Amino acid sequence: MRIELKNISMTYQSPEGEVEALRDVSFDVEDGSFVTIVGPSGCGKSTLLSIIAGLEQPTSGEILFDGQTLSKPSEKIGLMPQRDQLFEWRTIWRNVLLGPEIRGENTPRRQAEVGRLLAQYALTGFAKKPPSQLSGGMRQRCALIRTLAVEPEVLLLDEPFSALDYQTRLAVSADISGIIRKTHKTALLVTHDISEAISMSDQIVVLSHRPGEVRNIHTLDSFRGVGAMERRGLSAFQELFREIWGELDVNV
Amino acid sequence: MSETNLSSERAAYLLQRRRKARKVIVLRVLVLVVFLAQWEITARAGVVDAFIVSTPSRVLRTLAGLYRSGDLWMHLGASCMETIVGFLFGTLLGILIAVLLWWSETLSRVLDPYLVVLNALPKTALGPIFIVWIGAGTSSIIAMTIAISLFVTILNMYVAFCGTDREKLRLMQTLGASKWQTLHTLVIPGNYSALFNTLRVNVGLAWVGVIMGEFLVSKAGLGYLIVYGSQVFNMDLVMASVLLLAAAAVVMYQAVLLLERAVKRRMGVN
Repeated sequence: MRIELKNISMTYQSPEGEVEALRDVSFDVEDGSFVTIVGPSGCGKSTLLSIIAGLEQPTSGEILFDGQTLSKPSEKIGLMPQRDQLFEWRTIWRNVLLGPEIRGENTPRRQAEVGRLLAQYALTGFAKKPPSQLSGGMRQRCALIRTLAVEPEVLLLDEPFSALDYQTRLAVSADISGIIRKTHKTALLVTHDISEAISMSDQIVVLSHRPGEVRNIHTLDSFRGVGAMERRGLSAFQELFREIWGELDVNV
Repeated sequence: MSETNLSSERAAYLLQRRRKARKVIVLRVLVLVVFLAQWEITARAGVVDAFIVSTPSRVLRTLAGLYRSGDLWMHLGASCMETIVGFLFGTLLGILIAVLLWWSETLSRVLDPYLVVLNALPKTALGPIFIVWIGAGTSSIIAMTIAISLFVTILNMYVAFCGTDREKLRLMQTLGASKWQTLHTLVIPGNYSALFNTLRVNVGLAWVGVIMGEFLVSKAGLGYLIVYGSQVFNMDLVMASVLLLAAAAVVMYQAVLLLERAVKRRMGVN
């Protein structure tokens, strides 16, 4: 599914005053591509995802999905939230079927499909276990399967790996991006980690400090077909890292 | 987990642990025995007045008498029934109201000051009002018990419901969950810890309510026995009733703990 963001602006109202979160954000996400939004913390990255997911209405601007506007949370969109957000009181099986259950699509066909996904990612043996018995990487796979279980056309990933330690994070981001590429789904990732962005994406949108504006859009053609882990070893990786680092204009 | 090939350090460590645990148990029993023995001895020797403080042997004899006459089960049963009914109603009603407050932000904001006042108010002050309104009987005692646990349940559960993880709520929203679905798949099961804390606290509060109520209304029950015993200066009866009360309260508290453990095991959480 192709997504077009057209002049998205967002201003929050609160008793203390107005907060301008996003200003005139426009970019396109091609069908089947993996696009990452990077920006400093508090630049409105998560707000942008919420708007794309239909959870919030922008103050102005519009979003087109294959040329059409959507207002309510769309069935075509699946969210992978910050941290895995598996429900500790449910088994893995009931966790990954959360979406179909909520949408009233918990059919035998859907269950078979989800069972196949669990088997594919070596999690069948954990179906009856609570999430607490799984490693961080396995939990992320479950979170991804839960997202895929509603058969979305667009995946939204909101800093899903932020709670993991560094080593796990490298392995899991490579793992998850590999899985997503195989599904040929359109994916939008939000992160503040430049390396993660370069290792996973086809395109990187750099946002500025608040109010978030598009600083630059990088198309990663030279990395096409290279795995997430391998990318980190390329010299082009370092160059692009430095370039984006400069654009982020980080001050401490 | 059984370890077959223990290193000598490990064996020494385990032995020391076992010894320490045994020592604690022995000392615990010793404290009780010494306490009961000095009570019996000092009373018999006339150091303290057995008429005022009673003695363990007289308490036992009183309990046996209550048991033989059948009064024991009657009084114990009355108090337990009131406690269980009050506990269930107070807790369930409290959770129900907390859900309504979570459902409607306007309602919770409107009712907030009233809840704060009612929660701060010592509920025992309401006792006489209940007696006038619904009569001097079991229903007043149960009303008292409900009043004591209701408001703290509402406040605690409402705070817990509102503290539900925002990211989980966002996940539910993107799945298109209705408010009702969010409530029963996320908000209620997600706050099981707060729920069990409330249950544990309420068991204790229910007993406070029952005993207070029985002090005021007094026809049957352990609270009645305590008041009656003190009025006729039968301290054997007072002490025996307090002992029964302690036993009943512990049994109910343990029952809640067992329930909690069973539910958590079924849910697969620890």
